[in-house]
Amino acid sequence: MTTGRIDPTWARARLHVVTGKGGTGKTTVASALALALASAPAHVLLSEVEGRQGISQTFDVPPLGTDETRIVRLPGGGEVVGLSVEPKAALLEYLQLFYKLGRAGRLLEKFGAIDFATTIAPGVRDVLLIGKIYEANRRRRDGRHKGDAAPAYDALVLDAPPTGRIGRFLSVNAEVADLARVGPIHSQAEAITRLLKSGQTVVHLVTLLEDMPVQETLESIDELHAKGLHPGAIVVNMVREPLLDDTALDQARQGRLHKPSLRTQLAEVGVKVTPELVAGLLDEARDHAQRVDLEREQLALLEATGLPIVQLPALPGGVDSGSVRELADLLLPLFAPEATDRVDA
Amino acid sequence: MSAGPIARRAPALDVDALIDDPATEIVVCCGSGGVGKTTTAAALGLRAAESGRRVVVLTIDPARRLAQSLGLTELDNTPLPVTDIDTSRGGSLHAMMLDMKRTFDEVVIAHAEPDKAEQILANPFYQAVSSSFAGTQEYMAMEKLGQLKATAGTADAPWDLIVVDTPPSRSALDFLDAPNRLGSFLDGRFIRLLAAPAKAGGRAGLKVFGVGVHLMTSTMAKILGGQMLTDVQTFVNALDTMFGGFRERADETYRLLSEKGTAFLVVAAPERDALREASYFVERLEADGMPLAGLVVNRIGRVSATGITPSRALAAAESLEDGGGPKSATNAAGLLRLHATLVRTAERQRELAERFSRSHPGIPVVQVPALGRDVHDLDGLRQVGSALAGS
Repeated sequence: MTTGRIDPTWARARLHVVTGKGGTGKTTVASALALALASAPAHVLLSEVEGRQGISQTFDVPPLGTDETRIVRLPGGGEVVGLSVEPKAALLEYLQLFYKLGRAGRLLEKFGAIDFATTIAPGVRDVLLIGKIYEANRRRRDGRHKGDAAPAYDALVLDAPPTGRIGRFLSVNAEVADLARVGPIHSQAEAITRLLKSGQTVVHLVTLLEDMPVQETLESIDELHAKGLHPGAIVVNMVREPLLDDTALDQARQGRLHKPSLRTQLAEVGVKVTPELVAGLLDEARDHAQRVDLEREQLALLEATGLPIVQLPALPGGVDSGSVRELADLLLPLFAPEATDRVDA
Repeated sequence: MSAGPIARRAPALDVDALIDDPATEIVVCCGSGGVGKTTTAAALGLRAAESGRRVVVLTIDPARRLAQSLGLTELDNTPLPVTDIDTSRGGSLHAMMLDMKRTFDEVVIAHAEPDKAEQILANPFYQAVSSSFAGTQEYMAMEKLGQLKATAGTADAPWDLIVVDTPPSRSALDFLDAPNRLGSFLDGRFIRLLAAPAKAGGRAGLKVFGVGVHLMTSTMAKILGGQMLTDVQTFVNALDTMFGGFRERADETYRLLSEKGTAFLVVAAPERDALREASYFVERLEADGMPLAGLVVNRIGRVSATGITPSRALAAAESLEDGGGPKSATNAAGLLRLHATLVRTAERQRELAERFSRSHPGIPVVQVPALGRDVHDLDGLRQVGSALAGS
């Protein structure tokens, strides 16, 4: 189910950053989004940056390394390539690519500069992680970073750090550009900041209809706006439809569901009716009604942002490589309206 | 369930025994984000205080409402007493939110010469590192823990139990690496090179580094740009004087954490991903020989009705729906379906928790039922506390 206005600038979006509070299913949504975009058909890079191997577990493929590896090929020709970005490899590759360092590169390693940059110096990690995504975004089919060849990837999906850290993560290059006021790092940081602030980058927020994740989502949207970044869609994950209609919910909330007729109905279909069963069912109904109320309040808060909202259902058996395709199909109308085939074909 | 010597049932985690034991001086709650770690820390702290302990709770970036429930309205960086708690058993409760920049500033001011401190605080590289770069939080949380421990038992700091929440990321355990990292960094050639490039390039330096040094510094200048290299050098140079102290305290905190008086609680939600992260935390703590008290599995679905299996409930619901009966039949069917869903969810969650226990036998576990609403006052925290204690 999709509501809200779809921002026309999305047509230009190439880099889809997916964030959300921990436990909201960020990796699942990023994976489903990559599949949906690939069905256009398109070549999509799906990256993770925290070394958690969430992508390989979602797709049930061997752990991802620092090489880009195809994880899904769709019948229509689209594909999803997976990558687990690792700061040290990214730094060495970067130095080789842009400085052709040779012996000096090995010296940096020998003197501990690489370890310093990737583990001790805080913040540098984030610069390197985003830098790798930036590089993949610019790369052409022929492996070069300029020229007329088609881009290596039609779209990139980033399973990014959680909402608590996303603003800092995405603005780290702006800070670096301030620190290094001239020189190659400065221009690189500036270029990355330009990409992140351009219409090419959108940040999608994954949430549950619970108090804290919604609060963090709203705070994050404000922060993104303030930093000149573009919030994309709100993806409400694990949505459960109410099992009672509004009148019944109302009665359940107030403890006014009619006990005698419940007893009669249960007995009618051969259920052994005990006072514990009836009282328990009514307690469960009251909890359910309260939960539905809470979820509706939270949904209203999200709708007030004016951002497009996609709701994904709770999967009773949890997520696996099959169910992530079902979720991808639900994302199609918003992210790949022109897609030729369903992902879950 | 078959109870062989390999697949044993997990022992129960007795939270009350843990917090009532005066030998327990530090409780560290760790786990991935969104599992109720901060709530668990706050609830434990309150429960311990109301059972007579003098407690301080150190939270990192708590949700606003939770912070309000502890009377915290803004980052303050010093523990404030929490009022409205039951002090009849002689306990007390303080709470604070970590302000990482201020903690860092305080370290600089306390350990560097006044003129040098000023130089550090004004350095652009320092300002970026201390306020906005990821990773600093972990170091500063441990620094703060060390401070809280050092002052414990004084008039302004009456606590005998410190409950710590950790940053919401996998790097939450980075503090375990801090002493080693700082150590290798300090003993490394790189810092000497950065801190004193002129000296390293001089006679003494040439002997150690050879001709590589010049190539090295010119490479650094090429990559970083001359001005940034100077900033970094000023920063490292200025910090150099206080790094020794840094390292000592990091070693001290590490020792503190590995001692008997500390208990690590790994917090998880009954979801595959959260429990996978919990495994990572447990393995990491065991590898470091840290005292692991057990696992808290939060938010297990609540089931109230008894006496009917999910499949029986679904079959009955179907018969009611097929019968095309009155509104009360539709409602009864809805209630039965709801019950079946609740039981199945809770079963799946317990199965996930048991799977964890099968691969980590012997680790005490407590399963905490879900509450209807998010916690936003002391009463809510009390409820979580008694659920944690299994009552």
